[in-house]
Amino acid sequence: MSNLDVNQLRPICPPRRLRPPFDTITAGSLHFIALPLSSPPISSSHSLGHPSSMAASLLHVRFTSPSLPSPVLRRSSCRPAATPTRIYAKIREIFMPALSSTMTEGKIVSWVKSEGDRLAKGESVVVVESDKADMDVETFYDGFLAAIMVEEGGVAPVGSAIALLAESEDEIPLAKSQASSSPSSPAIAPVADSPAPSEAPTPPPSQTVPPPRASSASASLSAHPASEGGQRIVATPFAKKLAKELKVELAAVTGTGPQGRIVAKDVEAAAASGSTVPREPKTVAETGAAKDPTSPIIQLGTVVPFTTMQGAVSKNMVESLSVPTFRVGYTITTNALDELYKKIKSKGVTMTALLAKATAMALIKHPVVNSSCRDGKSFTYNSSINIAVAVAIDGGLITPVLQDADKVDIYSLSRKWKELVDKARAKQLQPHEYNTGTFTLSNLGMFGVDRFDAILPPGTGAIMAVGASQPTVVASKDGRIGLKNQMQVNVTADHRVIYGADLAAFLQTLSQIIENPKDLTM
Amino acid sequence: MAASISLSLSLSPASTPRSGPAAARLGAAFRSSSLSFCGLRREVLSLRSVGSADSRRMIADLARHRAAKIVAAAENNGKPAKFDYDLIIIGAGVGGHGAALHAVEKGLKTAIIEGDIVGGTCVNRGCVPSKALLAVSGRMREFQDEHHLKALGLQVASPGYDRQSVADHANNLASKIRSNLTNSLKSLGVDILTGFGTIVGTQKVKYGKVGFPDTEVTAENIIIATGSVPFVPKGIEIDGKTVFTSDHALKLEWVPDWIAIVGSGYIGLEFSDVYTALGSEVTFVEALDQLMPGFDPEISKLAQRVLINPRKIDYHTGVFATKITPAKDGKPVLIELIDAKTKEPKDTLEVDAAMIATGRAPFTKGLGLENINVATVRGFVPVDEHMQVTDADGNLVPHLFCIGDANGKLMLAHAASAQGISVVEQICGNDNVLNHLSIPAACFTHPEISMVGLTEPQAREKAENGGFPISVAKTSFKANTKALAENEGEGIAKLIYRPDTGEILGVHIIGLHAADLIHEASNAIALGTRLQDIKFAVHAHPTLSEVLDELFKSAKVNSGVMSSVNEPVAV
Repeated sequence: MSNLDVNQLRPICPPRRLRPPFDTITAGSLHFIALPLSSPPISSSHSLGHPSSMAASLLHVRFTSPSLPSPVLRRSSCRPAATPTRIYAKIREIFMPALSSTMTEGKIVSWVKSEGDRLAKGESVVVVESDKADMDVETFYDGFLAAIMVEEGGVAPVGSAIALLAESEDEIPLAKSQASSSPSSPAIAPVADSPAPSEAPTPPPSQTVPPPRASSASASLSAHPASEGGQRIVATPFAKKLAKELKVELAAVTGTGPQGRIVAKDVEAAAASGSTVPREPKTVAETGAAKDPTSPIIQLGTVVPFTTMQGAVSKNMVESLSVPTFRVGYTITTNALDELYKKIKSKGVTMTALLAKATAMALIKHPVVNSSCRDGKSFTYNSSINIAVAVAIDGGLITPVLQDADKVDIYSLSRKWKELVDKARAKQLQPHEYNTGTFTLSNLGMFGVDRFDAILPPGTGAIMAVGASQPTVVASKDGRIGLKNQMQVNVTADHRVIYGADLAAFLQTLSQIIENPKDLTM
Repeated sequence: MAASISLSLSLSPASTPRSGPAAARLGAAFRSSSLSFCGLRREVLSLRSVGSADSRRMIADLARHRAAKIVAAAENNGKPAKFDYDLIIIGAGVGGHGAALHAVEKGLKTAIIEGDIVGGTCVNRGCVPSKALLAVSGRMREFQDEHHLKALGLQVASPGYDRQSVADHANNLASKIRSNLTNSLKSLGVDILTGFGTIVGTQKVKYGKVGFPDTEVTAENIIIATGSVPFVPKGIEIDGKTVFTSDHALKLEWVPDWIAIVGSGYIGLEFSDVYTALGSEVTFVEALDQLMPGFDPEISKLAQRVLINPRKIDYHTGVFATKITPAKDGKPVLIELIDAKTKEPKDTLEVDAAMIATGRAPFTKGLGLENINVATVRGFVPVDEHMQVTDADGNLVPHLFCIGDANGKLMLAHAASAQGISVVEQICGNDNVLNHLSIPAACFTHPEISMVGLTEPQAREKAENGGFPISVAKTSFKANTKALAENEGEGIAKLIYRPDTGEILGVHIIGLHAADLIHEASNAIALGTRLQDIKFAVHAHPTLSEVLDELFKSAKVNSGVMSSVNEPVAV
């Protein structure tokens, strides 16, 4: 028997991007010589998927805006009693557990419990089929099964949310709205509850009836000898199955089979013929993933409530306004770094690790930039340099932390980064792996963003926004004109502890390290 | 079904009319054991001795038989030859055939009375032809499973089938097995008496045309092995074309687009496999609250996932089909459903065809049982554990036995045959009681389901009453190399056992070739082999048999240590 990992905020990378983030980055490095600080490029086409929720125990985590061109978040790791945001409902995600070492995804065989059922710790909730066997999966927590996000027969990657667990009955509607506003990430789930976010937590089935067809259908229904004037629907077993899968309302389908019964091809025809709302979730997710981030099933003209995570982000953003921040930018030439990266890429070194390492080395010389102001009265000089790197996940952000980035060699750091990303994807990050950062990196370079501005996560001193490295025509001091790869970085800092000169000096050091990067490999 | 039917021409009227609920209960009872289970063990034996090229063996058999005859004759000479035969068997189905073969081996002068055709239900209208159809459906399924084919790297372009050829295959198989059976009886010197047998008194049988038994024969012992016929609940009108039983379905005269199958036991399940593979859509009508009653609940749950849900099948459970009207005048088949509990009308189905698979009723009418004061119970002939018939007063009827479906103990072909052998042993003076819990059963769907012994709920009840602990072990086909090589990892094997003694109480398998795999477990039960011993037996690698190997090995036996653990041990 395996236990469900009902975890805290461990959002994962979009399941469709199963390759490591660095691959993604190198693939995309044509345009902007990779400054991949964050793992897989954020794309809200994925983020349509993730009904993130968080447990109160982690609600000290602060989120920045969940949307794409947003700055990075940070959490206030170091404040011991920092739980001022404990206002969210206790809704936990139930994840697809890893039932064996080789399991990458699991199939929901059956839900032992249904939505609304009370769960006791240790009770079986769901039967999951792994690559080896079927297992009953138990819950770690008492509560209510608020929303099932992956239906029976659906497949979900290990670590992705398959259901929401509410602590009290009152929170069920909230959880349901989360589940429906951000259907579960796995695009392979056969029947996601409702692909379109809408105000109603679960749109009534009647919504899916394509209005244009209704009239013609009812006309034909009356002609149906078996339907007793439209009272009954005569559809073959396969037609019924298909209708469920394709979310086609049988009442609106004209049967063309013997005695006017509805057969499979009628359902297929109905699904194909412009019926707008009912769509196969699979298709929706695929097109969503493939196309630009703004396209996915957002129903215009509706108001969609925040998910718990989005609510937390919103609160943190507002809270950040109480911190007097300022920004300092710098342009850094990256030719040498790119060269180095090319050389040691084969040894598993990633650009993220290189930048984190460079930043950490610069921070050694400027401890004040690694400090924070916790009470408005003092400097807190952090004893270690922990670089948090913002990673986009469905519907939010997470900041896996490279601890002691100044001390760990670049190869170990790269391995560590890979491990963290894998864990983040599997939602297995432990709290110390995402809330102990002392300095944050955020990178949007892979989108071609050349410069941006990050909001300082409350509780930390500084965050650096990294833009794309681009070939730039540069005039050099000896009067020549040359082509160099340059990137812009922009640091946001808390001016109570970090002053302009501190940042300037830090950036100068960083620039020297990046332009002469041989120390990075030592 | 096991035993043959002496009078198949009057089949349909023979099914006794019954009132609704009682009939339904009976139907449910039947469903748990029915036609598809044909062992044909004896028949295979006979094939070896008759049809095979191993002439030496045949000669040896004949010699033995001749010797036996001489012994019998000598015995008859010793005492007054009062009887025409030592043993007369009424019904030449698999049960009667098995009994006859063993009787000859034991040196008894044997005759078999058959009013229809040799082979009975199993060979002519049951397991045998259905296996032919299932062989076709299994292949069709493989060819149509693009995902599966692709995984194996195979390309098959638009598979199709010719219905008539498929039907011919089933029919030819039945004829072939029938002639094998007939030949084996003849070559062994069993007299086949054609006609309908009626018991006219102790040790006396008349046979002849229906209603005109004109020839009287006597025998020291008589075995009734008349088998069963499809049970058709009242209110259902069989026309043999759009509303039919397995008897007609096996001829595969057409493949309806949409067929309702009433009853989701073995027969219904196997036919759903056939029909969906050939392109039909199927609607199950089941009186009980869940599909596949009679199976171990865990197995039926998995079976539903594998055999029902992904296919073009839907179902209505907890409903009786009270009225089924065949299609006529352009109207489809009409099925009226009522709620099994409230008896309220629930739904009406309109389908192209309906197959009635609500179980089987014993075929015992016209046997003349009243002549010897025997009253049937719901058509079944009452017997004791030795298969000896008991009369209306509960006394044993001397020299009269009943085996197979006609006694209703376990309606499986191979059970009938085993009972027949057991009876012959007793006639020859060897005390023999057949352990019915060691008789395996199988359902030949794709994948197959098989079982022996108790289901988990039965075992738990027994354990509670008996005050002993039980444990459950499970292994998955997904962990089996051979199954994975075939890309058929779906399935589990489940073992229910006593952890204190290592006794096997039941084994249930669903998965590739489950029907062939069960015998290791059934033999262990029959021979009393304990888990602590069988787990050392070696299995070839890689084979499917390793599924059972793993199963036995995963059992935790604490022999000698009384354990109070009464909970299943998940593995």
